[in-house]
Amino acid sequence: MAHAHESNTKRIWVVLVLLTVITTVEVVLGIIKPASLHLTSILGTSPLNWIFIILTLVKAYYITWAFMHMEAEHKWLRRSVVWTSVFLICYLLTLLLIEGSYLHSVLAPLVKW
Amino acid sequence: MEANIAIPTDGKDTWSGGGQKPLGASYGKMMMWFFIVSDALTFSGFLAAYGLTRFKFIDSWPIADEVFTHFPGLHGVHAPMYYVALMTFILIISSVTMVLAVDAGHQMKQKRVAWYMFATIIFGIIFIGSQAWEWKNFINGTYGAVKTTDGRLLQFVKDGHQIALSDIVVGERTDGRIQHERENGLWFEKEEAIASYSIAQIQEAYKSNSDVLIRSELIDPATKQKIILSREEGMAQLAKTKMVVEGANLEVNEYGNTIFADFFFFITGFHGFHVLSGIIINIIIFFNVVLGTYERRGHYEMVEKVGLYWHFVDLVWVFVFTFFYLV
Repeated sequence: MAHAHESNTKRIWVVLVLLTVITTVEVVLGIIKPASLHLTSILGTSPLNWIFIILTLVKAYYITWAFMHMEAEHKWLRRSVVWTSVFLICYLLTLLLIEGSYLHSVLAPLVKW
Repeated sequence: MEANIAIPTDGKDTWSGGGQKPLGASYGKMMMWFFIVSDALTFSGFLAAYGLTRFKFIDSWPIADEVFTHFPGLHGVHAPMYYVALMTFILIISSVTMVLAVDAGHQMKQKRVAWYMFATIIFGIIFIGSQAWEWKNFINGTYGAVKTTDGRLLQFVKDGHQIALSDIVVGERTDGRIQHERENGLWFEKEEAIASYSIAQIQEAYKSNSDVLIRSELIDPATKQKIILSREEGMAQLAKTKMVVEGANLEVNEYGNTIFADFFFFITGFHGFHVLSGIIINIIIFFNVVLGTYERRGHYEMVEKVGLYWHFVDLVWVFVFTFFYLV
């Protein structure tokens, strides 16, 4: 690894600032919950939820790439880890969420509130 | 030939799995990565199951803002999200000190590695302490609620804000029912904690306070708030009360769906268990750093490996934070 002996502290601080800013944005949005984002819906859920999910993935990217040094790993190590987990997690999530909606559509009409 | 056979080592490399480095990573580091993949799938299993259950009960799921509202030192102040945001920040900081330790390790600066490891351990302990505090609040509950014979949970509101049972019921429990302890000799075993008030007392208090309303679990899709029942509807629902619920456990909780509490305990508990093991591993590595083990070994790769684990714990929390508290 070429980077082995040089210091990456500057990048670490930049990533810290990024993560902090993203978390702050998430929390502020989570507290305010602007009606235009919270009470509308695109692609099955509110835009606010999509913002949270995308920001989470951005954070996950920075943690994995910068803190876990994924960017410095061998290309195929990176792919064997990232592709495997991304594929399996998406697969699992898709199946379970579809199943959850199905359960709701079957059970909800039977529940009397 | 050499590529196909194990190269005998002189014993020194046992821990690194020999001199082979497929994909440019040592044995230990690669295995840590593959462990992380499998662990990530375990957590995804939990979170996906949470998603399934939430979708199943999408019209009555508890609203996280109304569940996690405490902040140390701010009693009775409605502070949603602040505390968990602080916890998230603490974990991110601990990730930074960890990566600084790894970085210092690359430069063979023993003292700096030790200090950064130490800081990581401290932040880890602060995080797990915060989680314990969060659990304590969750288990003890804030407001209290009642559960009806058809399994509905009813909460009390006044002027649009949830209020505690103690806000409407005056005085102590009046039906003479006392907590059975081992000492007062009624049973050999002590019983589960009994509620502060009897069912009749709560129904009476509702009747005499005309400004108190009852909130059902059902969410109004237009406002994404829980539906508040009219006085009469509330009276009819309250008449069906089966038990008084204070706090949360695996069987019943005052926040709504029982399974919400189950997932809270399992997911944050499993994550907390990872943090705890991470702290213990960090402590072991910290002592190795202080004793100069890695200085003698010539590299600080062990710090890098535990670093991977520690960052993974942070990574998982990022997802738990989003899917449990935000979405």
